Amino acid sequence: MSLEPSERVAHVPPSGIRRFFELAEEMDDVISLGVGEPDFSAPWSAREAAIAALERGQTSYTANRGKRELREEIAADARRWNLEYDPDDEVLVTAGASEAIDLAFRALVDPGDTVAVAQPCYVSYTPGVTFSGGEVLDVPTRVEDEFTLTPEVLRAAGAEAADLLVYCYPNNPTGATMDRAELAEVAAFCREHDIAVLSDEIYADLTYEGEHVSIAELDGMRERTVVFNGFSKAYAMTGLRLGYAMGPKEVITAMNRIHQYTMLSAPTTAQNAGIEAIRNCREDVEEMRSQYDRRRNFVLSRFEEMGIDCFEATGAFYVFPECPGEDAAQFAEDLLEAESVAMVPGDAFGVGADGHLRASYATGLDELREAMDRLERFVS
Amino acid sequence: MEHADELLELLCENARYSTADLARLSGLPEATVEETIAELEAEGIIQGYTAVVDWDAVSDDRIQAHVELNVTLDRETSYRDVAERVAGFREVQGLRLVSGDYDFALEVEGQNMREVSRFISDKIAPLPEITQTVTHYIMETYKQSGHRFDDGDDDDRLSVTP
Repeated sequence: MSLEPSERVAHVPPSGIRRFFELAEEMDDVISLGVGEPDFSAPWSAREAAIAALERGQTSYTANRGKRELREEIAADARRWNLEYDPDDEVLVTAGASEAIDLAFRALVDPGDTVAVAQPCYVSYTPGVTFSGGEVLDVPTRVEDEFTLTPEVLRAAGAEAADLLVYCYPNNPTGATMDRAELAEVAAFCREHDIAVLSDEIYADLTYEGEHVSIAELDGMRERTVVFNGFSKAYAMTGLRLGYAMGPKEVITAMNRIHQYTMLSAPTTAQNAGIEAIRNCREDVEEMRSQYDRRRNFVLSRFEEMGIDCFEATGAFYVFPECPGEDAAQFAEDLLEAESVAMVPGDAFGVGADGHLRASYATGLDELREAMDRLERFVS
Repeated sequence: MEHADELLELLCENARYSTADLARLSGLPEATVEETIAELEAEGIIQGYTAVVDWDAVSDDRIQAHVELNVTLDRETSYRDVAERVAGFREVQGLRLVSGDYDFALEVEGQNMREVSRFISDKIAPLPEITQTVTHYIMETYKQSGHRFDDGDDDDRLSVTP
């Protein structure tokens, strides 16, 4: 046998963001609005807890599902969103929410199963479905719905036939959020057509208008939903790799079966930081959230003043303006070359995103101001 | 002035934000921003605007000291009276009444240690209400008014990530 990649892998193209990353990396003095992670560091007390645990020699594996103490904190924290899960067998701690989502695909998808993917979306869902042998059904959301998922777009994509639906709200890359009424319609659609839901809520804490709502809270949805969340965005802990899944016992048990043979357990140091983060870092999260909210206001105002159309994104740390040029990929490249400002063309995040750009405001305000000045110069 | 807190917070972060930027950041109309700040200034809530400077990076002829002052009061002399006498000196940059082992915390600035020492011994210590002074020279500043004194460029994130 040669070392040729399997067909399944060869078939999946490299991430669309990669080419753009290479371009940006070659240049000096780039102000990047292309970063999908917080510009803050993890709260000091969480970092300190990780250091203290290392000093005490806590460097061994934990239980496969994660430290019990952490699972208890996660389950208690989820009550903020009216979610009730048993820390013993309905919570699984993973190496980032990404691992949890991959586990869910592998635990639930049989070859030939159809997974509806609400788009545009985080880059890993489509490859994840492919790696697990499923068929991806693209469900493009629309700018006129402010990129929310609706029964209309689900029907238009033929999602009645799907076995599974995966989405992320608050959304990367659009910054869209969904309220209770909008989720209720999606929930009704899923119940009617017996579709299970993977709800990526990694940005739940970064909701700026109203409260975050999880679909798992709605009638008849808990038993058909897996909720994903983690510490990367709200607690600025991306590099620590810590996330979790919550769902009914059967699916968590199945996911844990894969997890125990592959990851064994999420990083112990990160788990110790996570316990402290939930217990004592609420204020840090609030402070970061209010900084993001200011920047969001700022960026949206500047776009409006420049005459660039941009719906009012109310979550995560992205805005998703319409591209002022003909071709978003070309525009992003020209902007990078002329003004050293990086924004990612929307089509790197799947279908339904053509003609848009993702601008991340997880960047200091001084840089954001400079980036907006440069963009203004470029478009005028 | 219902938006005072938010604007004060923004100005403490950066007093040079333009009115337009303050409006964009807070989501308030520019006129409201301008009116509120004018009111805050008129009422003395905003006492002034200043820069946070790393003087060590500029020149060697400037030194700051933190001075502890103990005082004795009598029927005719209050803390405020003492404060009036001390605050009047140009060398005194800051003056606060504090709780704890001493009464006043004083910030003094001068060209060098000798000048500051002479100021304390000639002007402050001889005041009749002052019973004791302890001078601490500032050797290095790491953080001031919320600003860290480092190169500020610690963004080690990749430039484009999903």
